[in-house]
Amino acid sequence: MGVELFSDIASKYNYLGVVILMMIGLYAMIAKNNLVKKIIGMNIFQTAIILFYVSTAAKRGATIPIIRHGHNGHGHEVIHAAEYINPLPHVLMLTAIVVSVATLGVALALAVKVYHQYGTLEEDEIRGQLRNK
Amino acid sequence: MIWELDFIILTLVIFSGIAAITVKDLLSAAILFGAYSFMMCLLWAIMGAVDVAFTEATVGAGVSTVFFVAAVFHTTRDSKD
Amino acid sequence: MRIIGLLIVIAFGSLLRYGVFFFPEWGDPASPPSLHVSPHYIEEAIAETAVPNLVTAVLADYRGYDTMFETTVIFAAGLACFMLLRVLQRQVPECRLYRHIPTGITLRIEKGGKLPTESGSFERIDSNWVPHDLIIKSTSRFITPFLQIFALYVIAHGHHSPGGGFQGGVILGAAVIMYAISYDLRRSIQRIGEQATAVLGSAGVLIYAGTGALCMVLGAAFLDYGALAGLLGVDPVMARSHGMLIVEIGVGIAVSAVMVWIYYNLSSAGRHDEGL
Repeated sequence: MGVELFSDIASKYNYLGVVILMMIGLYAMIAKNNLVKKIIGMNIFQTAIILFYVSTAAKRGATIPIIRHGHNGHGHEVIHAAEYINPLPHVLMLTAIVVSVATLGVALALAVKVYHQYGTLEEDEIRGQLRNK
Repeated sequence: MIWELDFIILTLVIFSGIAAITVKDLLSAAILFGAYSFMMCLLWAIMGAVDVAFTEATVGAGVSTVFFVAAVFHTTRDSKD
Repeated sequence: MRIIGLLIVIAFGSLLRYGVFFFPEWGDPASPPSLHVSPHYIEEAIAETAVPNLVTAVLADYRGYDTMFETTVIFAAGLACFMLLRVLQRQVPECRLYRHIPTGITLRIEKGGKLPTESGSFERIDSNWVPHDLIIKSTSRFITPFLQIFALYVIAHGHHSPGGGFQGGVILGAAVIMYAISYDLRRSIQRIGEQATAVLGSAGVLIYAGTGALCMVLGAAFLDYGALAGLLGVDPVMARSHGMLIVEIGVGIAVSAVMVWIYYNLSSAGRHDEGL
């Protein structure tokens, strides 16, 4: 059992890294008091998901998804799917990264707006001010 | 795919992620988040996702750090946790 | 809150750890994500679209709808930042600071006052960013054109090497942001105004959607670039490659404009006067 568990960890340590990063991000989103810290936690969670997708795309013994000699006269070589890394998760995640920076901009704009309204970024102080109104 | 390199950088990613959410100063948190993004970009480059790594290098390590610094500039650097 | 959060996170983590037991090994060539649709993309993309970079081929052609709406989301985010932060009424600042360039003396003019003439030997400076750094300014002035050329190369060469509209657009936006940081925000807004960023952002999305609509007008499905063959004067396979280039240019324009737009609003908190 112990040996099995160890070989399981050794062959899937990347996914365990994803789980740890997701836990860090979720903890920052739940337990941190500062709004900018929460936004950083949200971004860590996003990158953890992107890392998960990119990990599923990896193939042993394959190269990057750009066809060799593709630019001068294609069709001479037979292309095997096992020679190239799966491009589909890369595509999905590439757009996700750019969308994540756009959502980051909106989140930071909201944080700046909250700071101008309440004079603080701490969640408990904002809640206290709302209660006293 | 070189698993030793991958493992070392994954560890660095996790530690810089923890550092980014524990440090008290928000400007340091922004810079540590930039470091986190850059490590993540290296990790993806090792896994062969060159386009994703390129995007993360320009977006995550470049523009989003600037956005964080701009937001901290207009709010406050202090944080209670 | 901290304890509850920690408990939730541990429960979540152990659930995910349990899920990992059922995963295929990392890097397994026979794992489920690599078996269904991706072999078709890898084996047929070069014959069907003449684009060696598979990521670009899948991004702009096979999954064109996806990318189109991602571009729309980015434009919507720029619009959301504008709506949230922009202060439209102009307010007179407390005081204005001017630097006399030859001597470095700083002039402070009280509320409402301005320099009488647009004197060439004075420049306006931000109230909280007084240092005058020649090295940073000269370096950024020297680097900016190379950065912009590189961004255009990344957009244009995305078919054959890593890159494409998203990366090139962000680099192009970053060049403008660097200019705004090393000089000041007002000078950058004089070069590329707020209206220009808004118009370019929507124009990029319009180029993308318009290419799709043009394919539809020519009798094919939405975003089926093969229909453009007659217009471009090439065979349908090359038409798909050129169609992707047009779409990537649209994406690049939209992304760069929106990045600059978000930066303008975020760095000046919507005032567009004194920034980072």
